[in-house]
Amino acid sequence: MTDTIIKFDKVVKRFGDVTVLNELDFTVKRGEKVSIIGPSGSGKSTVLRILMTLEGIEGGVVTVDGEPLWHEGPNLKPASEAHLRKMRAQLGMVFQSFNLFPHMTVLRNITEAPVKVLGLSRAAAKARADELLDLVGLADQAAKYPHQLSGGQQQRVGIARALAMRPKILLFDEPTSALDPELVGEVLNVIGKLAEEHDLTMLLVTHEMRFAREISDRVLFFDQGRICEEGSPEDLFTAPTQDRTREFLGSILKEG
Amino acid sequence: MHWTEYLPPLLQGAWVTVQLTVYSTVLGAMLAFAAGIGKLSRNLMLRAVAVAYIEVFRGTSLLVQLFWLYFALPMAGQALGLDLRIPPVVAGVMALALNIGAYGAEVVRGAIQSVQQGQYEAARALNFTPRQTLTAVTIPQAVPEMMPSFGNLAVQNLKDTALVSLISLGDMTFRAEQLRNFTQDSTTIYSMLLLMYFGMALVLTAMMRGLEHRVGRWRKVGV
Amino acid sequence: MLFGFEWDTSGPLVFAISILPMLLVGMWVTIQATVLGFFMALVLGLIWAVLKAAPSRIVSWPAKAFTEFLRDTPLIVQLFFLYYVLPEFGIILPAFMTGALALGMQYSAYTSEVYRAGLEAIGRDQREAARALNLTTVRTFTHVIVPQAVPRIVPAMGNYLVSIMKDVPVLSVVTVLEMLNVGRIIGDRTFNYLIPLSLVGGLYLIMTLVASAGLRLLGSRLPKQGIPLK
Repeated sequence: MTDTIIKFDKVVKRFGDVTVLNELDFTVKRGEKVSIIGPSGSGKSTVLRILMTLEGIEGGVVTVDGEPLWHEGPNLKPASEAHLRKMRAQLGMVFQSFNLFPHMTVLRNITEAPVKVLGLSRAAAKARADELLDLVGLADQAAKYPHQLSGGQQQRVGIARALAMRPKILLFDEPTSALDPELVGEVLNVIGKLAEEHDLTMLLVTHEMRFAREISDRVLFFDQGRICEEGSPEDLFTAPTQDRTREFLGSILKEG
Repeated sequence: MHWTEYLPPLLQGAWVTVQLTVYSTVLGAMLAFAAGIGKLSRNLMLRAVAVAYIEVFRGTSLLVQLFWLYFALPMAGQALGLDLRIPPVVAGVMALALNIGAYGAEVVRGAIQSVQQGQYEAARALNFTPRQTLTAVTIPQAVPEMMPSFGNLAVQNLKDTALVSLISLGDMTFRAEQLRNFTQDSTTIYSMLLLMYFGMALVLTAMMRGLEHRVGRWRKVGV
Repeated sequence: MLFGFEWDTSGPLVFAISILPMLLVGMWVTIQATVLGFFMALVLGLIWAVLKAAPSRIVSWPAKAFTEFLRDTPLIVQLFFLYYVLPEFGIILPAFMTGALALGMQYSAYTSEVYRAGLEAIGRDQREAARALNLTTVRTFTHVIVPQAVPRIVPAMGNYLVSIMKDVPVLSVVTVLEMLNVGRIIGDRTFNYLIPLSLVGGLYLIMTLVASAGLRLLGSRLPKQGIPLK
């Protein structure tokens, strides 16, 4: 086991003529909680989507737990679907717009993939789901359908659903930006609790600066497809070295 | 003849009409799913077959299709050295199902495309296989979306069964024609026939509404 | 022999070529029946739409029930009804006219819904805006409602035109010599159904493709917004 769990090596991502990630390099250590901040369009979410294999890459190599994600074999040929399936099992994702399955109850949302994909028995999957619902504070909502829940509750189900697959790495793609302000807190509390109590590796794209500062071991500031500045939350938020970082933090603080 | 004497033969025909409607609607729904999903497939061959089927059967007339299956297909078989003579009931059910299936395929396709992209991303993130995604995520969400159109198509199909009387299948319309030839009492017989179709359509519509409610239950729970 | 043309059964290809003119005569009848039936559907549908929108239930309710009845009963039975029952009341129409009327009746149930949906889509605020501008009822209708309703209505109506075209073969049951009937007669007389009926299918495909392409072109020419008030 290596200490590094995620490694981006000169990763290039383009959408048509637009280069979203420009030879991006960074690493994440096992168990580390890393926040990614930056202006919209800077490629933050794309990093998560590449890791979740929702988007392919045009250049470079992404490594997850010592194995290339989008490539396989000694010659680094493009990954097959079977390889992607194997790699994907190590990651989980919490989406900005929850993406719960509207036709399944809360319980079913959480048990469906463990049963279908991991081959767990219904009973084992339910036991795991009950535990997770307890963790996110929704033990009494198991029989409801997503549309019967508030946005904050839905996102907490989304977190439980991702955790049910026992990923090594959990990706949060702006988990609170689709929520009404008064519901943000309950979701952040759950994420904070996870960060404190679990040795899960967490990658969080967020606009909640105060929260990023509280829970992160390290913060990456993204700008134009590159990491413009990185450091401990203390350093980056109180003494940024780059003009762009200062500018960005200034504008965010003015808004907030 | 009193109008009540028309009832037994008409009801005999009504039973044939009901059977034709049920068989061809069920078979048509299966074809609709196959072709609708086929049209969205990444496999070029599958897509081509689905598109060709949909275009041919939507682009020509049901009666042309029925006559082709009943009169022309046996000759095509002869030319190929095969016995493709089919009994009227098979030709009727096939023509109705193929026709309604082609229209239904577009409904299925539209409903599947209405499922949001985020659902596919979630399914992928949870490592569902494409087949699991289709059966556990796409279809259960798309089916309630299709139901209103399927209801209309089922009624359309009921009406279309009247055309099979033209290849001597003893459905309700065929029985009415026989009665009219025999009694010349056109007004009574056709009024009864129209009302019977109307009644059957109302029942079918109610049944499809019930089904629509059932498959879409999750949408309405607790609202 | 049919319509003064002779068929030549010496080979499949020459047979196909020799019967093509006859089928084209039938196609012309199909087109005429389509256009006439469509026209009747447009007129009758408008009448039903107006009646259904009537403020009095005594008017609107029977209109709704009647269009529902038209929509839920088979074209072929409606056609038989008109063909055999109308003469008993002294109304004797040529088979072609009866056929076109049956098409018009059946599809008027559908077109009335298109009118209703098209007018409803324009909504109350447009009417209120027109009233605020002090436009008369007639001017509101001709200058505000119709120009906005037409682009919404035309595509749906176009689909029904194509549907009517595909239903014309039903008219063969009352002896109308439309294209399928011609193909069938050729089959009956030459004992070869495969070639005439396949040709009819192919010609139908061409007709619906041409009609759909024409309708798409018409749709793209229609103004979608910013219709100036003259």
